[in-house]
Amino acid sequence: MLSIKNLHASIEGKEILRGLSLEVKAGEVHAIMGPNGSGKSTLAQVLAGRESYEITGGEVNYRGHNLLEMAPEERAREGVFLAFQYPVEIPGVNNVYLLKAALNAIRKHKGQVELDAMEFLTLIKEKIKVVKMNEDLLYRAVNQGFSGGEKKRNEILQMAVLEPALAILDETDSGLDIDALQIVAGGVNSLRSKERAIIVVTHYQRLLDYIVPDFVHVLSKGRIVKSGGPELALELEQKGYGWVETETRKPAEALAK
Amino acid sequence: MIGAQVRDRYLSDFKRVEATLPGRAVSWMQNTRRQAFEKFAASGFPTTRDEDWKYTSVAFLGEQEFVPSVAKVCEITQAQISTWAFAGSANHLLVFVDGYYAPGLSKIGAIEKQVLLTSTADLLVKQPELLAPLLQRNIDSAFAALNTAFMTDGMCLYLPAGSIVEDAIHVLYIATSPSKIYHHRNIIVAEDNTQATVIEHYVGINDAVYFNNAITSVDVGNNATIEHYKLQQEGVNAFHIANISAIQNRDSRFNSHSLAFGSRLARNDISTRFQDSGGECEMNGLYVVGGCQHIDHHTCIDHAKPRCTSREYYRGVLSGASRAVFNGKVIVQQDAQKTDAQQANHNLLLSKDAEIDTKPELQIYADDVKCAHGATIGQLDDDMMFYLRSRGISNDMAHGLLTYAFAHDIVDRIKFEPLRLRIEQILMAQLPQGEKIKELL
Repeated sequence: MLSIKNLHASIEGKEILRGLSLEVKAGEVHAIMGPNGSGKSTLAQVLAGRESYEITGGEVNYRGHNLLEMAPEERAREGVFLAFQYPVEIPGVNNVYLLKAALNAIRKHKGQVELDAMEFLTLIKEKIKVVKMNEDLLYRAVNQGFSGGEKKRNEILQMAVLEPALAILDETDSGLDIDALQIVAGGVNSLRSKERAIIVVTHYQRLLDYIVPDFVHVLSKGRIVKSGGPELALELEQKGYGWVETETRKPAEALAK
Repeated sequence: MIGAQVRDRYLSDFKRVEATLPGRAVSWMQNTRRQAFEKFAASGFPTTRDEDWKYTSVAFLGEQEFVPSVAKVCEITQAQISTWAFAGSANHLLVFVDGYYAPGLSKIGAIEKQVLLTSTADLLVKQPELLAPLLQRNIDSAFAALNTAFMTDGMCLYLPAGSIVEDAIHVLYIATSPSKIYHHRNIIVAEDNTQATVIEHYVGINDAVYFNNAITSVDVGNNATIEHYKLQQEGVNAFHIANISAIQNRDSRFNSHSLAFGSRLARNDISTRFQDSGGECEMNGLYVVGGCQHIDHHTCIDHAKPRCTSREYYRGVLSGASRAVFNGKVIVQQDAQKTDAQQANHNLLLSKDAEIDTKPELQIYADDVKCAHGATIGQLDDDMMFYLRSRGISNDMAHGLLTYAFAHDIVDRIKFEPLRLRIEQILMAQLPQGEKIKELL
C-alpha cells in the first residue's frame, strides 16, 4: 500500500529525514518509535502533505500514486488520514459541519452518494460511541476549548467516520491518562482490518500494550535503524533509546521483507 | 483651508437650494443653517495633514463636482424595496430615496401612541421646537457643518419615558443619481427607561459616483437601551462619510454595530460619551474591503463618569489593493474610577497589496480602572489551513471557510436575527470563495 524509498526531507534548510525507507502493506499495523527529534512527526506530516517541508530526495508510492505530487486534500480523498499530535483549534468552524464536509468530499471523490444531514447524524451518533466523546463537542468550533484528551478523541472520531485506507497516528497517546489512552486505543483497534494499514507514531511503549503492532521500527536521526516485531518495543522500553544508537544498523527493508 | 473655487461653488449651491430645504419657515433653523455654512466655509474640508484624517484623503471633494440632491419623482419600486427589506419580520420600514423621505414606500407598523417615528423634515414642519437643541449641536466638523447647512431629511425617533418599540426600525437610504451629494440627518432621543433597535441601511443601486454625508445623534436616557446597526452597502463608486454620536445617561446601554461593505471610500466616526455613571456600551464593527476600496473607522468612547463599561470588537478582511483604517480612542477622565474598557481590532490581510492602519489610542487619567486593548494583523493561519486540507477540504474552500469564520466572530454579536442572516449572505457573496462554503454552513 505504501512504499517509502530513501526519503529525504528538510525544513528551513535543516535536513530531518535522511534516507528513510519503509514498506507498509494493507492489513498491517506499524509502530514508529524513536527519541525526540528523530523525525517521527516529520514523517507523519510529510506523508499527509505538509507543504512547509521540502522533499529533497527519494520517493513515496501510495496505491500506485506518487504521493509526493498530491495535494493534502487529494491524499485525504484517496484515503490517507493523519491524526494530529497537536490538533489545531479553529474558531468559527463547526466541528460536525467540518466532519460532514470531509466525509462528503471523500465520498464524492469515490463516486459515492453524499450523505444528507439526517444520514450523517445517524452515522455520527453510532461512531461517537466508540470514542465515548461528549456529543456537545460536535456542535462546538473545531477543537476550541477542548481538553487535551477531548482533542485526541475528536481525531479518532474523525478517523472512525472517514474510514481511511492508511491511518497515521502522530503521538496520539502523548498527554493522555490511562482511561483516555484505552478509549483511543479501542477506537484504533476497532478500525483494524485487512484493507487498512495503520502507522502508529509514538514516543512511549505504553500505547503498544493496547494497540499491538505487527512491526516496530526505531527511528534515529531521520532513518529507520532497527526493525522488528512487537517484542522490539519491549526491549526498547527496558534498554532505552540509547541502546539502538549503539547497535549495528540493519537495513529496515531487509526485515520488512 | 478651503479653495476659493470650492467655497464659491458650495456657496452658490447653498443660495440656490436654501429656500427649498426643510425648516425654511423656521427662523432658528434658517440661522442654524447659515451659521453652519459659515463654519464650513471657514474651515473647509480636512486634509491628510490633520491628524484625524492622516490616512484618509478626501481630495476627491475638491475634484468632483457634487450638486445637492433636490426632491423629484421617486423611481424606486416596491419590488426593489423587498430585496432589501427584512421579510417575515414585522419591523418598521422608513425609506429615503436620494435624500428625501418616500412615504409611499415606507411602512410604519403598530407602535405605542406616544412614540414619534417620522422623518426629520416632517418634524421640522410639525414640531420644530423638539429639534432645536438637537440640530444646533454637532456642527463642529466640516462634514457636520455641511450636513447642517444642507440637510434634507432623515429618520427621527423620539421615545418618551417608559416607551418601548419592540420591532426593529429599518431605515433604508437609497441612492440612485450620479454626481449628487446627500445629507441625511437622523435623530434618536430615548428618554428614561426606553428601548429600541434601529438599523440604518445605506444602499446604492448602480455604479454612479455620489457622496453621502450622514449624521446620527443618539441621546440615551437613564436606564434606556438603544441597539444601533449601520449596514453600509453603497455603490462601488460612492463616497460615504458618516458620523454617529451618542450621549449616555445613568445606567444606559448603547450598542453600535458598523457593518461596512460598499463604497469606494467610506469614513465612519462613531462615538459615545458616558455623562453619568453605570452605563454600558458595545461597539462592534466589520469591514470587508477589496479592489481599491478604502474604509476608515474612527471610534471614540469617552468615559467621563465612574463605573461604566465599554467593549469594542472590530474586525476587517482586506483583499486586492484595498485599504482600511481603524482608530479606536478611549478616554478615561479623572472622575471615571472603576471604568472597565476593552478594545480589540483584528485584521486579516488576504493580499500583498492590501493595507491596514490600526491605532488604539488610550488616554487614561483615572487610576482605579481596567483597560485593555489589542490589535493584530495577519494572514490565514497555516496550521488551520493544513488541518482542513488534510481532512479533504480543498485549498479554496479552506481559504473561504477560515475567512468566513474570522468575520463571523462579529456577525455572532448581531442580536437582530434577520440582519445576522443577511450579513451571512453578504459575506458569502463578497468573500473570496464565499460561494463555495455555503454547503459547509
